[in-house]
Amino acid sequence: MSGDEADTADHPVRVVLAKLGLDGHDRGLKVVARMLRDGGCEVIYLGLRQSTESIIAAVEQEDADIIGLSMHNAGHLTLAPKMVKAVADAGLDVSVIVGGIIPDPDVKTLLDAGVAAVLGPGASSDEVVAIARSVSRR
Amino acid sequence: MDISDEVEAASAGSRRAIGRLLTRVERGERDLEALIHPRNQAQIIGLTGAPGVGKSTITGHLAARLARRGRVAVMAIDPSSPVSGGAILGDRIRMDSVLGEADVFIRSMATRGSEGGLSAAAPAAFRLLDAIGFDVIIVETVGVGQVEVDIAAAADTTVVVVTPGWGDAIQANKAGLLEVADVFVINKADRPGASDTRRDLELMLDLTATNDHSWRAPIVATIGTSAEGIEELIGAIDEHDTALEAQDLRGQRRRARTLLEVRSRVGLVVESRLDAALETEQISARIDSVAADGGDTLALVDALTELLFGFSDP
Repeated sequence: MSGDEADTADHPVRVVLAKLGLDGHDRGLKVVARMLRDGGCEVIYLGLRQSTESIIAAVEQEDADIIGLSMHNAGHLTLAPKMVKAVADAGLDVSVIVGGIIPDPDVKTLLDAGVAAVLGPGASSDEVVAIARSVSRR
Repeated sequence: MDISDEVEAASAGSRRAIGRLLTRVERGERDLEALIHPRNQAQIIGLTGAPGVGKSTITGHLAARLARRGRVAVMAIDPSSPVSGGAILGDRIRMDSVLGEADVFIRSMATRGSEGGLSAAAPAAFRLLDAIGFDVIIVETVGVGQVEVDIAAAADTTVVVVTPGWGDAIQANKAGLLEVADVFVINKADRPGASDTRRDLELMLDLTATNDHSWRAPIVATIGTSAEGIEELIGAIDEHDTALEAQDLRGQRRRARTLLEVRSRVGLVVESRLDAALETEQISARIDSVAADGGDTLALVDALTELLFGFSDP
């Protein structure tokens, strides 16, 4: 075995998962955490009632590649672009993925606002992991 | 930003620079080594115990209070899945709720194949954090069973957390986790059975042989939800730290840490070579044959040892 092979296992994708603002529906977030874990990612689970500031702080300390936001409170058109802007303002090279209940017409709006991907309730485990890998810088 | 700029920014307190450097440490990047100049000033406090005993909550309380007297970093270790290599790192969520406005640097680390309750990169992470100016490093191990005691080699002071109802005197006298405690915490001490647990631990400590370096681990009762007992715990940790200093044991602690780091990193290399060897056609066929028809398992062990190290121990 060469040293290079060992390095591959040392570069797992790191994902910060959080719910932003007042939104208590975290079952989906827990399901996604498990999917990512089973897909070989390291999930830093922040859970409920996070702010853009607390998420940015965690991303910096954890050197995460991706922020995964779960949204079930119809606040996505406000909160997701706010998160994208906070990432840009901080000068971070991190992708924002949004999951949850996002009406079809809003998906394009979010993507236009800089969200890297939007995952709906039907997303399979393979899709979730593939998208995480494709938007990661690692 | 190149590495030496990152080290400079990290020393100045940049969260992001510290975060990136810790990633380099986890990857075992060689370039970083020359830039780590140890101060040997950081006090390393380890918390260990079974899953669910309240390690994260106590870690959060400790960090919040210790942050009043210096720069505090928390390393929270959680297990990597042996199947996928992935991990759910869920300690921050409990710490955040008790940290309030305290300025504490928290990093979650997955074990990435190490089995002693720490990550192989943990001791190197402590070296880095010491070098860039942290005064206190609190390490929370994975939730352990009975024998994952790497933390004892890694920390200056090892705190073992138990809860009422965790076991009886026989459990207390089994070898392993309890042997390495410098301080005991009985958390959730408002639950029934706390005094029985204290009695069992005291009894175990009574039977523990003492010598000139004797340190009898104090037992502190805490209640994580209300932070009761945390000041007393800090007092016990400080007392142990003073005892280390008085007995001139710091150099010995550093040596233990170095040994652990080298051993864990080499251990991972050996294990991955072993795993690769087990998957070769030749060995795999012999395993099939022994499993199906019986056969000399020890001879197979010798063959593998020979294959890996060029000799076998008769």
